[in-house]
Amino acid sequence: MDQSYLKIDRVCKSFSKGAKVTEVLSDVRLTIDKGEFVSIIGHSGCGKSTLLNLIAGLTEVTTGAIMLEGREVNAPGPDRAVVFQNHSLLPWLSVYDNVKLAVTKVFGATKTKPERHDWIMQNLDLVQMTHAADKRPGEISGGMRQRVGIARALAMEPKILLLDEPFGALDALTRAHLQDAVMEIHARLKNTMIMITHDVDEAVLLADRIVMMTNGPAARIGEVLPVAIPRPRDRIQLASHPDYVRAREAVLRFLYERHRFVEAAE
Amino acid sequence: MNVTTLKPRQVPAPQTAAQVLPLPVVARPRLRLAALGRFVAERVAPPVVVLIVVLLIWQLSFSGGTSGLPAPTDVWDQSRDLIVDPFFVYGSQDIGLGWRVLTSLERVAYGFGLAAIVGVLVGAVLGQSALMMRGFDPIFQVLRTVPPLAWLPISLAAFMDSRPSAIFVIFITAIWPIIINTAAGVRAIPQDYRNVAAVLRLNQIEFFWKIMVPSAAPYIFSGLRIGVGLSWLAIVAAEMLTGGVGIGFFIWDAWNSSRLTDIIVALVYIGLTGFILDRLVGWIGRVVSRGTAE
Repeated sequence: MDQSYLKIDRVCKSFSKGAKVTEVLSDVRLTIDKGEFVSIIGHSGCGKSTLLNLIAGLTEVTTGAIMLEGREVNAPGPDRAVVFQNHSLLPWLSVYDNVKLAVTKVFGATKTKPERHDWIMQNLDLVQMTHAADKRPGEISGGMRQRVGIARALAMEPKILLLDEPFGALDALTRAHLQDAVMEIHARLKNTMIMITHDVDEAVLLADRIVMMTNGPAARIGEVLPVAIPRPRDRIQLASHPDYVRAREAVLRFLYERHRFVEAAE
Repeated sequence: MNVTTLKPRQVPAPQTAAQVLPLPVVARPRLRLAALGRFVAERVAPPVVVLIVVLLIWQLSFSGGTSGLPAPTDVWDQSRDLIVDPFFVYGSQDIGLGWRVLTSLERVAYGFGLAAIVGVLVGAVLGQSALMMRGFDPIFQVLRTVPPLAWLPISLAAFMDSRPSAIFVIFITAIWPIIINTAAGVRAIPQDYRNVAAVLRLNQIEFFWKIMVPSAAPYIFSGLRIGVGLSWLAIVAAEMLTGGVGIGFFIWDAWNSSRLTDIIVALVYIGLTGFILDRLVGWIGRVVSRGTAE
């Protein structure tokens, strides 16, 4: 019996278009423990989003397997909730109803109606969005939408929370606020999180381990860097923390010296 | 959204105005009057003027005994009862045009309602499957060009009765744009929404009601709008051939008894009803798909 919580075992993924086969991921191996926060970083096009989609079950592995608590993952489900890059809230539903859709689906049989209501409000409160419960996604800011996206994912009480570059489209200040919010949630709920990012500071600030991917095609895991900075972490104190500076430098070296993005370098 | 952003602009004016002297108090009603005046001048006046000019040209062209067609004054003289009271009942075949329009609308309601339900369902299935789409689309593209009346003989042969035949003609006329537009709308559902549905493990029925219908609503309603227009065209034509109480048969009947002025009144009724149907579906579409686009 395997002890690891999530095990990505020799996963390859290739897409075929007609006769042309493109290998996106090659022999990816990774194990993640319960409660761990892992950042996956790499240049754009290296297949990190593909890896996340594989874990989410939105795309199928070509060879290899992904095991969650000893069971193979081959279809999407609420035990692996995703916070999508562009929030993916349903624009015709209010903030409350967006979360409610998830809660009704996941807890429709196990929780009573008032319990579900409390649970929705509790999750909106976790991301400080109770004030906008009746607003539609079109009426709130990008940062707020992403908060609601996180609330919706958390409300499914997932075994693993998958974040696909969730703050990529936000301005730096909003992003910092949301990073703090995610750290706080992680500290409070102790849930397992995997976050795709292309932001070095974000990766180091949030993660217990940083998984660095080589450039595609046939991207693989180049290096895994443990970040041993104690929590709770404070971004201001961290700026001069030797471990932080060292980790940051290591990631930068990996990305810009050993695995320079070819297109960008030209 | 546009409306809500525009409205607040008018609010600050009276607040600041209240503290200043009489001037703004005069300015406010004047502004309101000016706005009303502008609305009348821009929106109401042009169509009224055009209508008067058209009626005038019509009157001048067709007055005098030599012309075969009646002038507006003749219409008013000979068909006043039809214009003034749409809902009179003098006998089983002598009823106001309002009743006839309602009879026709009832058939449209059956035929179009059925077309809407079947069309949306079929469109949803086709939109979901690229293979089905490739198979059915050419057939639909051919069938949708068949004029409504061309279906009537087949329909009469199949149903052996005029009432279901007329309803079938409406159904078969209205369904194509509904299917085609719904399929287009379903294909246009963003992958993000599909991913959300996949993670939540929504089943087919939940996906249909919670994602597909709201997301494709603008497309569905543009199909329904075209469909209702075609239905109205079809029923008037079909009734001319099948008979009964509808407005289409009334025109045919009036032609057979040389009541040209009655036909003109009926045309106005048909036009106005078609216009109202179109606006009604458009309005429902706006209300239902409000918030679908961000």
